[in-house]
Amino acid sequence: MGMGGGQIVAGCLAPHPPHLVYAESPPQNEPKAEGGWEQLRWGYDRLRASLADVEHDVVVILSPHWQTYVGTHFLGLPRFEGFSVDPVFPNLFRYTYDLSIDLDLAEGIHAEAMSAGLDAHMMRNPDFRVDYGTITTAHLTDPSWSKPLVVISSNRSRHYYSVEVMQEMMAELGRATRKAIEASGKRAVVLASNSLSHRHFTTEPEVPEDMSHEHITSHAMHLWDMRIIDHMVNGRSKQLLDEMPEFTDQAIAETDGGALTWLLHALDLPDYNATLHGYGTVIGTGNAIVEWPAWRHREDSA
Amino acid sequence: MTVVASFLVPVHPHPLLAPEANEGYGRLRAAFEEAAARIEASGADLIIVYSTTWPSIIGHQIQADPNPVWNLVDHDFHDLGTMHYDFQIDAEFAHAWRDAAEQRGLTARTVNYHGFPIDVGSVVSLSLLNRNNRIPAAIVSSNVYANRAETTVLAKSCIDAAQAAGKKVAVVAAMSLSNRMFTRRIEPEDDRIHSLKDDEWNSKILQFLGDGRLEDVGQLSRTIHNQIRVQKVVAFKPMWFLSAMNDHRNDLTGEVLAYEALHGAGGAVVHLDPASNGKGDKEYDEEDVEVFGGDRNVLDTESDNAEDGTTAPQAPASSPGSGPALWDPVEGEDAVNTDTAPKPVGAYPHARRVGDMLYLSGVGPRQPGTNAIPGGPIHDEAGQPLDYDIKAQTQAVVTNVERVLKEAGGSLEDVVDVTSFLVDMDRDFAGYNEVWAETLGKVGPTRTTLAIRALPTPIAVEMKVVAHLPK
Repeated sequence: MGMGGGQIVAGCLAPHPPHLVYAESPPQNEPKAEGGWEQLRWGYDRLRASLADVEHDVVVILSPHWQTYVGTHFLGLPRFEGFSVDPVFPNLFRYTYDLSIDLDLAEGIHAEAMSAGLDAHMMRNPDFRVDYGTITTAHLTDPSWSKPLVVISSNRSRHYYSVEVMQEMMAELGRATRKAIEASGKRAVVLASNSLSHRHFTTEPEVPEDMSHEHITSHAMHLWDMRIIDHMVNGRSKQLLDEMPEFTDQAIAETDGGALTWLLHALDLPDYNATLHGYGTVIGTGNAIVEWPAWRHREDSA
Repeated sequence: MTVVASFLVPVHPHPLLAPEANEGYGRLRAAFEEAAARIEASGADLIIVYSTTWPSIIGHQIQADPNPVWNLVDHDFHDLGTMHYDFQIDAEFAHAWRDAAEQRGLTARTVNYHGFPIDVGSVVSLSLLNRNNRIPAAIVSSNVYANRAETTVLAKSCIDAAQAAGKKVAVVAAMSLSNRMFTRRIEPEDDRIHSLKDDEWNSKILQFLGDGRLEDVGQLSRTIHNQIRVQKVVAFKPMWFLSAMNDHRNDLTGEVLAYEALHGAGGAVVHLDPASNGKGDKEYDEEDVEVFGGDRNVLDTESDNAEDGTTAPQAPASSPGSGPALWDPVEGEDAVNTDTAPKPVGAYPHARRVGDMLYLSGVGPRQPGTNAIPGGPIHDEAGQPLDYDIKAQTQAVVTNVERVLKEAGGSLEDVVDVTSFLVDMDRDFAGYNEVWAETLGKVGPTRTTLAIRALPTPIAVEMKVVAHLPK
């Protein structure tokens, strides 16, 4: 717990395939399905059950689908409501959202990021449409939308420079996030919204939820995903970060958006074991639902 | 002529939302307005937008909402304001384009969903180039996995659909040149191209385009992408699309209307008129792909056994299905055969050369690779009659004839005699004759048209062609 009394109580890798929301057929989403991707949806069931036991005030999300090239941006109004349509899978995801923002904490992280030398901006245009990655991850971790959010954009420094530069910037942002949460006095769950290996199939079955078509795109992707998961569940954050450049390049991984690096630094490079709630593929991409139970680690260490 | 004008335009919102913030943004805005006037003057009745800011994964997506209306806010430049759009989309053309794309082996689908997020490049383009919304538009995505072959075939399918509909098309590539922006916010008055290197490459590209050398830029696309492009998901593909839409020409009439910095990226408005500039020659040295046979249908496990891990596309619904077996064309000293023509249904070559004369085997409309029939088959596998488009079939026959002639070093201009076979003279003669008049009729070969009972595949027209090749 930091000087302000705030703390990160849990950090999660919480990927955002819109297919999972579609498969669930919640009232907010127009398309309806006959199920599908149960391995991952059961994983999210387990994550939700786990987080239900963790008292928290706010959820902080970094999504790779709010892509910014000029600095890091934060949603900067108290409330956003609208209709999100996935531009790649519009047949699966057309979701009516209404979310609240913890503006104090968003501005706090923004200020810490600026202090750390990062370029950061508050997004205060009320017409802004919140990205579907944020909405999917927020829905899957809490379908009742009971907590206010802090939503952070994904700066594309990996594309501008390299995975190494991305990691340096995301390390700073992760530390800034932790400091701001500690100063806020709030208990936060921090979510990195990204998949692991990210090579898609380029066709879709006639029935998208037909699971007879679902598998990883290649054995190499599978091996990478298993290696990364093994690092996570065995407390090897530093080794994972060391291997991030090779993983990101060779597995075309969605870690390119920086969310996982940011999360691990926000958690102060956890050396305790993460909990794997589920793994599965979505249109060939590898997705793991993983929780670092920071609160329990603190209690065990105390 | 199908493509009456082509344009490059930048994707960032500054010329639309903040033209007064910087003189360069203002010049880009004025260039957009000049381009809009030229589109009006071109007589175009359809605007095609290929946008790099609409990435797709599942094949090629084509906007088909007849009237998309929304408020768009840029992910980075949200402080510039909101872009309200209210567009007129040619949904009928979108569906025809999708069908044509599938005929050529591509995965394609139309999207027609309220609230679909039309991308910023398309919104800026259509808002400024079609301000009174008079001309219907079509918007296509940029597939993140598509290579040049696939992008070329996408353009050809667009031409197929436009020709079948009799459309005059203005093509717009919404793209940056160098796309490296400043990674920190700068004031508009401080805007400049991010680096001298980017500026020099942009100038070279614009010199080529100003000279009408579009295909040269297309062939340099990979190099350009490596040199001055941030490696985002969508590569420097619009030049491939634009070049294929313009028959890979290098002798267009080009004019750079503006070139300015947009937060460091290179933004240019360029007009490419199809009128020949009278200089330059076509130097197309890449494979001219007609049908896509890449990694589509990778989910189709039944045909997942190709050695290279790729699979052939499934035959479209309009393919002849269980028709006669296909043969490899017979090789021989004088034989002329090409992969760009459909496979024979028996043991014969596509053509045979005797001196300066070229005798073609009967040519139908089937498509190489997919065996699909443009315009649809005349009956199903059970023999039940189907509605079909004789004009599309006839056009496809002429295209196949042209492909065989091209392989022999000739062109349609060399055709001297044609015997045509129609399975339904009463129904089809007028449509066949109309396409003839627009194609071979302009060349002037002798012609005989016969009614026959049937052809080996479910097609309505076939031509037997004799050509006299140039020495």
